[in-house]
Amino acid sequence: MAKTIAEINEKIKKGQAVVVTAEEIIEIVEKKGAAQAAKEVDVVTTATFGPMCSSGAYFNFGHSKPKIKAGGGRALLNGVPAYTGWAAVDLYIGATALPDDDPRNKIHPGEFAYGGSHVIEDLVAGKDVRLLVEAYGTDCYPRKHLDTWINIKDLNEAVLFNTRNAYQNYNVAVNLSGKTIYTYLGTLKPNLGNANYCSAGQLSPLLNDPYLKTIGIGTRIWLGGGIGYVAWQGTQFNPHAPRTENGVPKRPAQTLAVIGDLKGMSPKWIKGVSFVGYGTTLNVGIGVPIPILNEEIAKHVSVRDEDIQCAVVDYSEAYPQGKPDVLGEVNYAQLRSGEIEVKGKKVPTSGISSYKNARVIAEDLKQQIKKGEFLLTEKVADLPAGENAPKFKPLNERPVRPEA
Amino acid sequence: MATKKIVLIFPKEKIDKPIVYHLVKDYNLVFNILKASITPDQEGHMALEVTGESTEIDRGVKFLKEQGVKVEPLSKDIKVNWDQCVQCGACVSICPTAALYIKDRKTMEVAFDPDKCIACELCIRPCPPRAIEVHF
Repeated sequence: MAKTIAEINEKIKKGQAVVVTAEEIIEIVEKKGAAQAAKEVDVVTTATFGPMCSSGAYFNFGHSKPKIKAGGGRALLNGVPAYTGWAAVDLYIGATALPDDDPRNKIHPGEFAYGGSHVIEDLVAGKDVRLLVEAYGTDCYPRKHLDTWINIKDLNEAVLFNTRNAYQNYNVAVNLSGKTIYTYLGTLKPNLGNANYCSAGQLSPLLNDPYLKTIGIGTRIWLGGGIGYVAWQGTQFNPHAPRTENGVPKRPAQTLAVIGDLKGMSPKWIKGVSFVGYGTTLNVGIGVPIPILNEEIAKHVSVRDEDIQCAVVDYSEAYPQGKPDVLGEVNYAQLRSGEIEVKGKKVPTSGISSYKNARVIAEDLKQQIKKGEFLLTEKVADLPAGENAPKFKPLNERPVRPEA
Repeated sequence: MATKKIVLIFPKEKIDKPIVYHLVKDYNLVFNILKASITPDQEGHMALEVTGESTEIDRGVKFLKEQGVKVEPLSKDIKVNWDQCVQCGACVSICPTAALYIKDRKTMEVAFDPDKCIACELCIRPCPPRAIEVHF
């Protein structure tokens, strides 16, 4: 018999819900079958912890006396530019923002030691952050300069708002060229020297609910060690990616936009990182509970690493030039074994997303639900699905000066 | 026969003196220089892998110390700051000696074996949270 989220929440409140991780459900479904598993298990917890560039935070730092309007002016947080194009004292800081005087890749590959992601981590860690504002001054906001320390505890609102997280599957990056290259998937040694992948595979949220039957707008999630919600589909959302028979996409597919109170998060799970030669980005921890409402959902959450295929892509040529070429397909069991075969060569693998920490998050969320501290929400709207869902398009470039 | 990896720290007044060659000449040791940096007016550092009879290695190290050279095991050089590490594994396919490795393929825990480390420092910059430190 199918369950409802309301029924599951009643069990959670009574401390009677049966909750397992996306790893543990695999054996249960193998032994008992999906129908029986759907009867016995109420919630399966999924998780991921990896670099997610389209992340950032907005906050309101409060009005100074006299007042200043950062909007239309310039603001720096520990030297990193924040977006000011809002009202007087709201700012948005993105993970990949860099100080103006960062040398970037002038001496290649650049270090990118400190950027927006590190500012966000420092705020979450409760460290003082230097805020510098230059404004043009108005009759109502006369002040033109502000240079002050701020701290997350004094901010009116501090909100993590990430426009694209939790990618459903991702490329495996390799380098066919003769020199080392530096990418957002890490340092790639020449001539297929290594292969880097970036997904928690069988633990990853959207790979466990491939058609987003339970995940939608309003789904309550574990975000950065605190509480967050799915706000919208993420950017570059692509439900049309090719899928295997089990419904799991074989290419980068659907994504989530997520939002949550930065004040409740932890610097362990909201962590600034730097990719040499590429830039800064934010490691974000996300856990998504999947209510096991029926047999079909139980079958989907039992997906194993060996059932999830992904594409091996050359990041020296095919990726940067936007060519669709794929060097082959591998599964996550092969990737996690430490070695894959590409073009007849054995290539050592590295994960960029932390499987170990994804396990920690899935376990933490499981315990919170078991203790009745985390209730599930009913989604308030579906994310786009079916043939009418928007297609993910490349830029239709229309050069202003075609001769240039 | 035994092999040891050591770091030699030369005080600045010693860096113009030939010292290391005595390891070959007087103690019959084979050495492979893994890394060396000697700058005028500063201390010199040299990471060595020495191979020979254990007793001769000990005598050779004693000789170096008598010359005013500080001798430390190489494992002190590279340290992983585990509080900073995000346990991703970006380092493991970069490390040429598998000193950085996946301890358990079920949990995918990243670990470090200082005995295998040759202090090449290839891992330092590719580490996204910059959790690997060089200590001399």
